[in-house]
Parts: sequence; C-alpha cells; structure tokens
Amino acid sequence: MLDIQKISKTFNPGTVNAKKAVSDLSLHLDEGDFVTIIGSNGAGKSTMFNAIAGVFYVDEGSISLDSKDITFLPEYKRSHFIGRLFQDPLKGTAPSMTIEENMALAYLRNTEGASPFTRISKKDKAFFQEQLSLLGMGLEDRLRQPVGLLSGGQRQALTLLMATMVPPKLLLLDEHTAALDPGTAEKVLELTKDITSREHITCLMITHNMKQALELGNRTLLMAGGNIVLDVGGEERSHLTVEDLLARFKAGTGRELDNDRILLSE
Amino acid sequence: MLYITQTALELGFLYALVAMALFLSYRILDIADLTTDGCFVLGAAVSVTLAASGHPLLAVPAAMIAGMTAGFVTAFLQTKLGVPSILAGIVTNMGLYTINLMVMGWSANVSLLKSETIFTLFEDTGIGGAWNEAILAGAITILMGVLLILFLGTRLGLSIRATGDNMDMVRASSINPAFTITVGLCIANAMTALSGAMVGQYQNAADINGGTGIVVIGLACLIIGETVLGRRTLVKGAIAAIVGSAIYRLIYAIVLYTKIMPVQGLRLITAVIVALAIAFPTIKNWILFEKRKAAARKGGN
Repeated sequence: MLDIQKISKTFNPGTVNAKKAVSDLSLHLDEGDFVTIIGSNGAGKSTMFNAIAGVFYVDEGSISLDSKDITFLPEYKRSHFIGRLFQDPLKGTAPSMTIEENMALAYLRNTEGASPFTRISKKDKAFFQEQLSLLGMGLEDRLRQPVGLLSGGQRQALTLLMATMVPPKLLLLDEHTAALDPGTAEKVLELTKDITSREHITCLMITHNMKQALELGNRTLLMAGGNIVLDVGGEERSHLTVEDLLARFKAGTGRELDNDRILLSE
Repeated sequence: MLYITQTALELGFLYALVAMALFLSYRILDIADLTTDGCFVLGAAVSVTLAASGHPLLAVPAAMIAGMTAGFVTAFLQTKLGVPSILAGIVTNMGLYTINLMVMGWSANVSLLKSETIFTLFEDTGIGGAWNEAILAGAITILMGVLLILFLGTRLGLSIRATGDNMDMVRASSINPAFTITVGLCIANAMTALSGAMVGQYQNAADINGGTGIVVIGLACLIIGETVLGRRTLVKGAIAAIVGSAIYRLIYAIVLYTKIMPVQGLRLITAVIVALAIAFPTIKNWILFEKRKAAARKGGN
C-alpha cells in the first residue's frame, strides 16, 4: 500500500553543513502492516517520516500510497489520509481550544466537500463523546474544557484519537510515548494497539525500546546512515531476541547501535 | 458630561471594529497586522468618495471589499512569497498610501458637504432621537461582533483559530495554513475598513493621515477591554474590543474637554499602555525571578 522508491534527501545542499539524511531508501508496506523502526541517532528515521508526510519534498525517488503517486502532494493534502503523532504531546492539539473543538478539527478530514460554514452538530458531539469514552480517561465529560488543561498523557491519547477517529490509510508514530511517564506510556501504547487493530490501520512506529520493537507489530526495521539496514518479519522475527538484533545490526553496518536513549529491555 | 459620554460612545462603537479586527489578527491568528493603518484610511477614502457621489449605502460594502483586498495582498506576500508577516503589513501599508490618494482623487482629504451619509439617512427614520448616531454605530458593531463569534465556531473558523494556536498541529491535520491565514486577514481588514468607512461618514471627511497609529490605539482598546473583562473566551474577547474602545474614547473625550493635558499627549500614553501591557508577562517573570534570587541569597547566608 505504501511504496517508497529510492528516495534521497540532502539538507543544506552545497554548504559545509550539507547532510544526506536519507539516501536511496526504498520500502514497501502491505495493507494492515504494523512496522516498528529502531535506529541510531541521525539514522534518518524521522527524515523518512517527514518525507512520507510531506514536510518537505524528496530530492530524488518517488512515494506512492495505494498506488497513487504522492511525491509532490503538499503536506496538508497528504494529511487527509496520513495520520501523525509526535514525541511532544503538545504538538498534536490546540491548547486554547476545547476538546470538542479540537476533535471537530480532526473530524474535518471526514467532511470533505461539506460547507466550511457548518458548525459542530449534536450528532458530532455524541460521536466525539462516544470516541472519548473509549480512552477510559473521563475526557468524555470535559468536552468544553480547553485542551491546555489536560496532562501530557491525556493530550497524547486525545491526539491519537484525533488521528484515528477518521481512520487514516497510514499512521506515523514518532516515539509517541517517549515523553510520557511509564504508566501513561503503557496506556497510550495499549490504546495504539487497540485502535490500529480495530480499524486495520497500516502503521509505522519509531521506538527506542528494543524489546517493544520486537514485540509489537509484525515487522521490524533497523535504520542506519539514512537507509534501512535490516528488515525482519514473520517467522524469523518471532524467534529474534534483542541480542540477536544488536548482533545483526553490527554485522550489517560494522558498528554498534548507538542511540543515547536506546532501551535494551524495559 | 452627557455630551462627552455620547460622543465617546459613538466613537467607541465606530472604532471598536478596529479592536475587533486586531482581536482576530493579533489574538487569534497571532499576526501583528500592520496593514491596519492604511486599511482604515482606505475604508474611509472609498466610503467618503462614494458617499460624495451619492451612494452612502453602497459605500459601506465597497469599503469592506477594498479592505478585504488589502488584507489579501498582505496575506499573499506572507503565505505565498515568504515575506515576514510584520514586513508584509508594512509593505502593503506603504503601497496603500498611494492607493488611498488615488481613491480620493489625488487630494489629501475629501469632505462631504451636503451629501447624505448612512447617519443622515438613519436620522431621517427618527429612530433613537438624539442618540441615533450611537445606536446606528452600536448596531453595526454589535452585529459584526455576533457574526464574528458565529463564524469562529464554524469549521472554517475553528481552522483559523487552530492556525494561530498550534501551527504544528495544523500542518498535520489537513488544514492549509496559507488558506486560513488569508481568510483571517481578509476578514480582519474588511472590519478595519468598515470602521474607517463609518468614521469617514460620521466625520463627513476622509484624511490621508487619518489612520496613523490606529493599530496601536486598537490594540490599546483591546488590552483595556481584556483587563476589565478578562481574556478567556471568544465572546469575552469580542465584548472586550467594544468595551475597551468605549473606555478609550471616554478617556480621550475627557482629556479633550477638560484640557488636563494636550490631547496629542494621549498618543504617548497609549503607546506606553500598549508596550507595558504586552511586556507584562515578561516583567512579571523578571520580578518573580529577582525575588527568588533574593530569597536564595538570604537562605544561603
């Protein structure tokens, strides 16, 4: 469903700070894949996400989603079918707007062609409430409160809900639980699993937790130097341990996996 | 005193639309839109020129469309051509000077001698008696306030609010910020021009320099209103623009009639009020920090 063909991206080309963040990267995802990604600092994980989401256009190569070429589609248009969550829980919601207004904005994706002058209806509200109750955080009773009053975990859960309420074709999770306390992170991760499996959303997730990377989903990518150096799935992956993964990384790149935040176990 | 109050109320309502426009551009979109000064004169110029040729009613929507166009130019410079937002406003403002002169037939001011205005037309209906000007100005301003609040609750309005609140979120959520900023600035400048249009017909004149400093005065009005009412909700914000504007004009009228100081002195005071109000959070933090340092020093010894 997602097809990335030999994409490259260089930042600050032609200057001393030129950095080839992603080079000649290709990736194919099947419908319903849940892929975890780990890699060193500067391996190009986030750059790949930004290329898929359209934060910038790639220098070379092409990206297509559901056999539609999106290489030159602007970011806001891609957002109609690509959902995104960032590490910073403050990035995904508008703090001075209420929970219901934030959800209405996310719901806009579903109302393509509807008049821009329509307001939030009773039916919308009931739907938002029902969706919020699935989070089990009591947010369904706080529809009219500004999002700025919520905790980071609540905001991230709300962002997750907003990104998936109208199921996207592809969901990009960039260490979306890394900034949360362990309990909340666990909860948001559970929600992620529930929602993606319920809605059959194809998902790419960057994590720095090696164990999580192997346990979650059906496929794991290891990235280094702007490319994918290891891609395991299926039977092979189910027997893989964290130690195996590290060994495979070293065999593949000749270097140790170095990430200042990597978690080898819990 | 009654006369002072009446005049203050009339001008307060008329100029409140500028404060409301700034509420939209500065508070909601987080853009300091310096098109405001020139746009206000543009509204007045279009309105007075059309009223002088016998179309006082048509003059009002025409002025609003002119203002919208000015807002569009600023937004275009900013969203499509990468001109920093403050500079985009200044550049448009500069260009508007010539446009405004052109609208007024290359003269620095235009007067309405015996032409009808929306105010004389309204007076003829006999509604409101001596207060008819305040009532007309108030009705139009309050109507615009209600429309603005209603608009900000629509899907497009929500998108505009999110654009000023969290750009990261907007980019990731299928809203095109270039579009929302453009719509926001067009509406804000239409309101500014409407204010200019009504002030022009109220004073029976348009002057090329009539808009100088309007943006700072508008901000002062908004800040005064927010200080009185608090700035939590949208409705309060719109009311704050009106209340603040009335208070400002009342102070202005009192200074003008009591002559406790030269009325030109108000500009300096206005500038100081705006600077202090915007600097307030920083000053507060600095004081808290100094207190903490002092406390730490005491504790250490």
